[in-house]
Amino acid sequence: MKLNERSVAHYATCESPPDKTGFLFKKGERNTAYHRRWFILKGNMLFYFEERESKEPIGVIVLEGCTVELCESAEEFAFAIKFDCARARIYKMASESQVGMESWVKALSRASFDYMRLVVRELEQQLEELQEGAWGVQGKAKSSKKQQHQQQSRPKSTVSTGGALAASSSSQPQVPPAALTLSQPENAQPQTGLAKENGVAWSKPSTLTNGVPETPGVVWEADGSARGDSFRPPPVPPRRRGGEGSAQGSLESPVSPETVCFSKLHDWYGKEVAELRIEWLQGQ
Amino acid sequence: MRFNEKELVSLSRQPSERAAELGMRGPKKGDVVKKRLVKLIVNFLFYFRTDEEEPVGALLLEQCRVEREDDLAFSIAFLDEAERKYLFECDTQEQCLDWIDSIIKASYEFMRKNLIFYRTEIHRLTGKDPLEQYGISDETRFQVNTSLQPLPAPPT
Repeated sequence: MKLNERSVAHYATCESPPDKTGFLFKKGERNTAYHRRWFILKGNMLFYFEERESKEPIGVIVLEGCTVELCESAEEFAFAIKFDCARARIYKMASESQVGMESWVKALSRASFDYMRLVVRELEQQLEELQEGAWGVQGKAKSSKKQQHQQQSRPKSTVSTGGALAASSSSQPQVPPAALTLSQPENAQPQTGLAKENGVAWSKPSTLTNGVPETPGVVWEADGSARGDSFRPPPVPPRRRGGEGSAQGSLESPVSPETVCFSKLHDWYGKEVAELRIEWLQGQ
Repeated sequence: MRFNEKELVSLSRQPSERAAELGMRGPKKGDVVKKRLVKLIVNFLFYFRTDEEEPVGALLLEQCRVEREDDLAFSIAFLDEAERKYLFECDTQEQCLDWIDSIIKASYEFMRKNLIFYRTEIHRLTGKDPLEQYGISDETRFQVNTSLQPLPAPPT
């Protein structure tokens, strides 16, 4: 299967900050010795390099759908990255310290796209509830909101307003994709078009806007507060419409509880780490 | 560069965010448009020959640019090779716009920015860091700025 390898490798070393870096020992596939490698975790991708100074990764482990466990090993501070597919390879790793091992296990078990999406949705919901409270929207049932979210990606000729809201803001986040701009706080400048840190930019033909005047986006002040001509939360992240034949809800990892409730899922992850600790302590 | 192909193939069988048969043309000179089943799953775009189980290939959708090319077509280019574009042809304008929207939102980095925005905004409105109750305030992936400092304490 082909992969856009050059660009994937570029993601490893581009300017976006990694989530975790460090040395780990990785057990080889054919040569079963443990090799010390430099690891960079970014998003749901775990890259490994021959050395810290190497420009190109030797390889990458796509972490989506994996579980991370302590493993039985003569090697100290060992853990394993496992996948729930047929004949999947088990990646055996070892850290140089107890602290390192715990830190990596924690970081890797929460590295999935699905986990990030859960956290984002949770905060998005919280923010919506706060905004509803502040703007006194009444009687908006959650279910109708969800329907509106799913229609969001279609351009609309007019902004639908809820109740007494001003035209420039609405009860559900509606942002024409082309107008999404976010700056890092230290820039504190509106950026449109080719924002470098986004890594995502697109040309803006007028057909992409939904009839709402484009805003310069939300300008962030250095103190972390946000001001803008109009308050616009970012667009809603994609919702999985299921059913490619598989009944499995895509929000579940192979071993996580069947839940779309973030706090439950998070408790579960927390328990998993706690159990690993106990296991390790007992093994000492 | 090595990658865990088996696991990636397995991922390509998961429920997708969006899937359709589109015309797809690779970035090389001389590449022609071919009919492909295109599936968007997390931050990957998989493409299959129709009725084949294993994908022909996958594109990781980080550090990419999505552009409308014309009424029915969009392109994906990666920032490290901006002239090399993958072209996709849709059946309708609406489908084209839906795909563009979905792909833009399909990157981990995009979600991270959303999260940082929500977190900062909730903090501003309530004086509280919404991640604290989950004990994940200090996770690197949720940090507000590139120097990876936790949020400042709310003003007293």
